[in-house]
Amino acid sequence: MEITIPNSSLVVLMGASGSGKSTFAKKHFLPTEVLSSDFFRGMIVDDENDQSVSKDAFEILHAVVEKRLKMGKRTVIDATNLQENGRKQLLGIARKYHVIPVVIVFNLSEKDCFKQNEQRADRKLPRRVIHSHCIQLKKSLKRLKKEGFRYIYRLNSPEEVDVAKIKSQPLWTDKRDETSALDIIGDVHGCFDELVNLLEKLGYVIEETRQTSDKHFKVTPPEGRKVVFVGDLVDRGPNSPDVLRLVMDMVESGIAYMVMGNHDDKLLRKLNGRNVQINYGLEVTLDQFERESAEWIERVRQFLDSVVSHYVFDQGKLVVAHAGLKEEYQGRDSREVREYALYGETTGEVDQYGLPIRVEWAKDYRGRAFVVFGHTPHRDPVWLNQTVNIDTGCVFGGALTALRYPEKQIVSVPAKQVYVENPGWSQGRIEECKGNSSLLDIEDVSAKMIQTRYLPAIRIHEENAIAAVEALSRYTVNPKWLIYLPPTMSPSETTPNGDDLEHPREAFAYYAKQGITHVVCEEKHMGSRAIVIVCRTEEVAQKRFGLSQGANGICYTRTGRRFFTERKWEYILLKRLGQALDQAGFWEEFQTDWVCLDCELMPWSAKAQELLRTQYAAVGASAVHSLSGSVKLIEQARQNGVEIDGLLTRYQHRLDNSQRFINAYRRYCWQVESPADLKLAPFHLLATEGKMHSDKDHLWHMRQINQFCQFDNEVLLATRYQVIDLQDPASIESGIQWWEDITAQGGEGMVVKPLAFVPYGPKGLIQPAIKCRGREYLRIIYGPEYTDHEHLNRLRARGLRKKRSLALREFSLGLEALERFINQEPLYRIHECVFGILALESEPVDPTL
Amino acid sequence: MYLSITSTHQPATDLGFLLHKHPARAQSFSLSFGQVHVFYPEASEGRCTATLLLDIDPIGLIRGGQKSSHFKYVNDRPYVASSFLSVAIAQVYSSALSGRCKQYPELVEKRIPLEATLAAIPSRGGKQLIKRLFEPLGYEIQLIEIPLDEQFPEWGRSPYYQLTLRQEIGLKDLLSHLYVLIPVLDNQKHYFVGEDELGKLFKHGEKWLSTHPEYELITKRYLKYSNKLVATAISHLEELHNPMLDDEESEELEEKAEKPFRLHDIRLQQVVDQLKLLGAKSVLDLGCGDGKLLRLLGNEKCFTRIVGVDVSYTSLQIAKSRLERQKMNQVELWHGSVLYRDKRWIGFDAATVVEVIEHLEIEQLSAFEQILFGHARHNIVILTTPNVEYNVRFESLASGQFRHKDHRFEWTRAEFQAWAKQVANRFEYEVKWASVGPIDEEVGSPTQMAIFQLRNGEVHGDNNS
Repeated sequence: MEITIPNSSLVVLMGASGSGKSTFAKKHFLPTEVLSSDFFRGMIVDDENDQSVSKDAFEILHAVVEKRLKMGKRTVIDATNLQENGRKQLLGIARKYHVIPVVIVFNLSEKDCFKQNEQRADRKLPRRVIHSHCIQLKKSLKRLKKEGFRYIYRLNSPEEVDVAKIKSQPLWTDKRDETSALDIIGDVHGCFDELVNLLEKLGYVIEETRQTSDKHFKVTPPEGRKVVFVGDLVDRGPNSPDVLRLVMDMVESGIAYMVMGNHDDKLLRKLNGRNVQINYGLEVTLDQFERESAEWIERVRQFLDSVVSHYVFDQGKLVVAHAGLKEEYQGRDSREVREYALYGETTGEVDQYGLPIRVEWAKDYRGRAFVVFGHTPHRDPVWLNQTVNIDTGCVFGGALTALRYPEKQIVSVPAKQVYVENPGWSQGRIEECKGNSSLLDIEDVSAKMIQTRYLPAIRIHEENAIAAVEALSRYTVNPKWLIYLPPTMSPSETTPNGDDLEHPREAFAYYAKQGITHVVCEEKHMGSRAIVIVCRTEEVAQKRFGLSQGANGICYTRTGRRFFTERKWEYILLKRLGQALDQAGFWEEFQTDWVCLDCELMPWSAKAQELLRTQYAAVGASAVHSLSGSVKLIEQARQNGVEIDGLLTRYQHRLDNSQRFINAYRRYCWQVESPADLKLAPFHLLATEGKMHSDKDHLWHMRQINQFCQFDNEVLLATRYQVIDLQDPASIESGIQWWEDITAQGGEGMVVKPLAFVPYGPKGLIQPAIKCRGREYLRIIYGPEYTDHEHLNRLRARGLRKKRSLALREFSLGLEALERFINQEPLYRIHECVFGILALESEPVDPTL
Repeated sequence: MYLSITSTHQPATDLGFLLHKHPARAQSFSLSFGQVHVFYPEASEGRCTATLLLDIDPIGLIRGGQKSSHFKYVNDRPYVASSFLSVAIAQVYSSALSGRCKQYPELVEKRIPLEATLAAIPSRGGKQLIKRLFEPLGYEIQLIEIPLDEQFPEWGRSPYYQLTLRQEIGLKDLLSHLYVLIPVLDNQKHYFVGEDELGKLFKHGEKWLSTHPEYELITKRYLKYSNKLVATAISHLEELHNPMLDDEESEELEEKAEKPFRLHDIRLQQVVDQLKLLGAKSVLDLGCGDGKLLRLLGNEKCFTRIVGVDVSYTSLQIAKSRLERQKMNQVELWHGSVLYRDKRWIGFDAATVVEVIEHLEIEQLSAFEQILFGHARHNIVILTTPNVEYNVRFESLASGQFRHKDHRFEWTRAEFQAWAKQVANRFEYEVKWASVGPIDEEVGSPTQMAIFQLRNGEVHGDNNS
């Protein structure tokens, strides 16, 4: 006997003691798939036969069953399972997780059971126990179907047990191994002409053939592609029969899949002779069926009978279901799952047109799989939380829409006419949905592991999560704008001796050690980090970023706060940047209407004035005043003959250093009276519509940025850079010289980056950038007098490990956030990464690094 | 940073005996935070100046000894008069400070013409504070303002002054005045303020502090606002001298502080009354802050479940300790945010949102609305916010200024009601309004309240129509 068992199922072995269940389980299933009551008894009291702990043993067994079924893992219960109550509990768990319950009955005679029992070495039960087992089994047999087992197999003799074979079968819905690209088509509702147009637009060649008496279609797909219909082929529209002909032929020739729509289901029930209400367009279909032969209608009945509730494609990454499917139901099978796939979630109430009020299930969707569905018509496809509704109401005069997967491209053809007036059509529900998609949940921003494409999962601890939630709730800009935050950047290793704390030599050495041959050195501007998003028109902010009001973009700080308190300044700055992009032909070149840039915005004093006033200028003023007074007094004492030369030299030196400190911060300050006094230096062209630019090297970024910067030399600043060959000592020397020149002129220093935006070394991701700050600049960091050797040598003790680890994690999260935004993923998925960066930033780390 | 003390008492070089430092030599002393050099820029019969040069190790402040130093690398401590100088005075001029002089014991008590110059002293209360502190002690005061940065006049003034004090006074008294008043001006202490600070204050202020008109300020600042120490100190001082407690300034302060408190109390009581009236049993207080409303609710037996939610962990900690103090263990506290949907919020009878929405950016209100009214869907929502029209009645508020720095908006009555109506309609609530605080005919009440009730009271879930 061949026993077919779905991959994801609960298999209950049932039989008297001694009927050979354990042996059978061992032979056919993985040891981890089998849960035996004996084992759990042993786990509790070291004695598998101690019946007194059965209750506790089953409690644990059930707990494990729950966990396994939740994960969709096949689970085999090796126990007598003779009590109805015990089976009921197991069936309840199967129902809860929507897996198929299967029972295999070991229906052996009492004699056979006793014989096998006698042969057991470990435990011999008295005959009367086996006798009563067999009686219970007989009683139970009839009830199993009614109890809810979907498959019931009986093995009636030890021989049958011996020869039985298990055949694992994937669920009907499981098409994870399908390798074709897919064109998923929305609700057709009998719109045959539009369907043909759409298929042709997608590159399918359709030939009409006539076999025997009936019309058939031969469809040739483009190389490597197949079609998936989201259901509702029939009703309302002008030609449901031909739509069915075309789809049936495509499905039967293996180039299409179809999931059941509620209209198809109702038609099937009607064809099966059930009593259904003839309304909502079914009357139209039945009318059209009048002209069809009985054989053909029977073909339709059989076809629809084989249609499944939903499909899981692409290694579980894509789900297609008529009305959508929540994560717990994906790849599962139960009446609830089928109903949900057909009708979606409803509240049980009806709206003013008598139509059921639907819950926008997609707005709560947090699953990993991308779900494509239809069922509810909208003017445009509605993208929401990793789902898209592609029912664009063709039959109501809208369009028939297809989604190309994995491209996630929309292709549609307009309806030739309005076939049916829809009262609810012009309600504009779409807007409401979009609003909902922005809702974030506290669980999106709690302690968790965040997966990125670049590093192993990044752990966010609770205390950091709490800090990030506070920042995100109180200070940051609207989360819809927060598609990226920049990572922290580590300095080069501390220079071990000499007058410097940081020097390019160490940065070059780091990269050379990682096997990098060429680096780019970019001048480091001393201002404030700014993330700038420029929208070509104000509508882009609404359409692409989902803002409720238009805006020409945003400028925010590295912690996600709005850069300017004066909105007008932001507006003007973005406007100028936008104009430069216009003139450079940027929008056309990149086929985009927005861009996200990583920049430095100067002067430093524009953002840090308070800090400058209360800390930097204050220290400079008090130092110079106090030290110059001291020098005067010491000189006076010396003139009076006090031996004090050492002190004089020392204090003159301290005074000089203080003056240098003032000069150092002054270089980064200038008075700003209007946005035209600002300087914006973009250095990464992070992303444009549909594209992340982290796959291009830094030279590309520099070139692209220089191209548009030249159109506004007043406000935009192209960054100076140099490429260094790390295998060429002369090149290294020239890099060092360049750094010395920059810092001698008062520059902050430079940033050294491998050419690749996402750089890898032998052990994985390496620092994407390392900064080398100049000697004078570092006075701002380490204080006016840090250059004295007695100070410098103590400062050399600084640990970079934590900073570097943070830099890598934040870098990964930042790119991940952008990538998710580019891929049209839901807000919470993007927000998770941005939250992660802020959480990591709340870690205490040496602020001077 | 230096302190120069000049004597013109003839022979002026006697200053050397008083300070126990020889006028012809430069001497250095090592202290925990650096070095102190003492030398005499001039030492003639007519005029003698001793300079105490404080050489604080700037890196040592951060890298020295203690694990987590609160100092920053870019720090004014090495360049200004601070508690470091007081320590230096006590250590290097210890004999003079305690009034010991072997050679000329009679000179210690004697008032002689002295002048003290501090290179730079921070005064976070401007010139006025310096005068208020030193003038009552009889000094003639000379102040030179130290400019912040002449290249950037728009940055304003620096908090630093070069200060010179002149008086015929005993050296011991001069030093004790400086010892106590320098940290008071600076208002920071480089070390932990503990019980022995009290002893130092009494010792060095014994003769003059109790009669000083600013004794309360001095005590408070010297002890760095450590409340227990301040209370002990003030009570101790009152035994010596019983001043009128009702001086003008403290009354003014109280007025200012009390006003909002009373309004807040009225507001909270009104929220509690409304909740009782509407029969709420379980209450979720969103933005509970330090838990004042929670404690009011906790006192009422009719509330069976009380939970406070706040985004600030610090506030929650304060709330927790206050609730514990009142043994209100039944009140729960959750960390959360009104901008993040939270399924724990579902199922309460009522939510209170007291003075919260004005802290949100207006563009984020729609998320808040959907989370509270669309998702949590409590039967009752009580929400308060300032009535901006009333601001003209607050004298301390400049025109156009919000009541709190963190307020992102404040609404008129019309704006608030329009918003509330729109929310109620969208989410199927009924709404009515109430005033909180004294009603002014023209501008209404200081706080406005909206009471939302779900139209179909028993419906739960998040189905929007």
